[in-house]
Amino acid sequence: MKPASFEYHVPDTLEQALGLMSQYADEAKILAGGQSLVPAMNFRVAQPGMLIDLNRVNELSFIREEAGTFHIGAMTRERHLEFNSSLAKRAPLLTEAAPFIAHPQIRNRGTLGGSIVNADPAAELPVLMLALDARLKAQNASGERWIEAHDFFAGMFTTALASDEILVEIELPFMPLRTGWSFMEVAPRAGDYALMGVAALVTLDENGKCKKAKLVYLNAGDSPVDAKESARLLEGAALNDALIESAAAMASEKEINPFGNIHTSIDFQRHLANVLTKNALKQAVKRAEENLQ
Amino acid sequence: MTRSFPVTITVNEKEYKREVEPRLLLSDFLRHELGLTGTHVGCEHGVCGACTILFDGESVRSCLIFAIQADGHSIATVEGLAKDKDDLHPIQQAFWEAHGLQCGYCTPGILMTLVPFLKQNPNPTEAEIRHALSGNLCRCTGYQHIVDAVKLAAEKMR
Repeated sequence: MKPASFEYHVPDTLEQALGLMSQYADEAKILAGGQSLVPAMNFRVAQPGMLIDLNRVNELSFIREEAGTFHIGAMTRERHLEFNSSLAKRAPLLTEAAPFIAHPQIRNRGTLGGSIVNADPAAELPVLMLALDARLKAQNASGERWIEAHDFFAGMFTTALASDEILVEIELPFMPLRTGWSFMEVAPRAGDYALMGVAALVTLDENGKCKKAKLVYLNAGDSPVDAKESARLLEGAALNDALIESAAAMASEKEINPFGNIHTSIDFQRHLANVLTKNALKQAVKRAEENLQ
Repeated sequence: MTRSFPVTITVNEKEYKREVEPRLLLSDFLRHELGLTGTHVGCEHGVCGACTILFDGESVRSCLIFAIQADGHSIATVEGLAKDKDDLHPIQQAFWEAHGLQCGYCTPGILMTLVPFLKQNPNPTEAEIRHALSGNLCRCTGYQHIVDAVKLAAEKMR
């Protein structure tokens, strides 16, 4: 189908975009990569009265490093994250997960900020923002504020952004030393929405014990699900298969809350979460041990 | 009806000036405004890949971009690949020789996906080829001959 008509604004600068947002916040929607919004408009599920297109705001597209932190512009294309060599070194979880985001043609156009603000619980990037302790910079005409990824996702397709705010920048700390990572998901076909997926991080201390662990799930609730209790089971211990199995059982049975859909039952999603957690944790531990030397 | 805006879009190295409504999809602009019907439209929600074109050299879905967003940009479509019908692009020639198509509906999108892929990756493995084509649905071939054609094309282009 074809989109309904809308008014269109295409600012060249962030300042212009913020001005438009303060004027039209109630009717306007931001057009970033458009890889979720435009399909929704083609289906007429979304019929915004106005689009403010950020694709000519070049100042929102960058990847910079500063004192142990990446600063990434919200309009940075997913494809640029995928092939950035600094990210591959300092935030390899992101690099590993990027090829799972839809298809190459979608990643050429889709943006980091767009996917975060879309807040689809089945999407990869919101999960990665939680796993990597991202901070998100929101701006409106009167100022800016930083929001922790943990406070950003408020539910299905819902975020903490006010109607006149634009997500402009994402701050990602470098992954800590002695940290192993893994991203795994199961989808019916490559590039489809995954039935279940997990990002796992394990940081070891100098003696090889688990100092910090993280397990974040996609398609496991109405937002990305951070399974804190299950991760806590691992912390302070020397990791072995039995502990990993307990954490996987706890996360898959207690902490996630999947809904099921036409492709999968809830039971199968829990089963996948269990298997993926075990495999991902084992891979993360192995990589952390390789990073010990 | 909302008002139209003037755009200047380069398609296959030729400049076109038109007036477009903001809601006009780039795929429909190419087909209906310019008569370039080689770009096919399948699902119109970014899943099938039939409408894949090059936007400033990168493969994208033309059904998920508005024509107005292409103002000042350079587009390449399947019509720009062959110099003439007896002088096919090496990827087209390989699809011909390896029988990489049956009904042909998905073919333009697949070809346009492959142009930048083989440029960036002149010696791809089968797994890389299948990943590159994961966003293009073909309901006829079962993909095997498409993969064969890509391997042949890579050989021809090295």
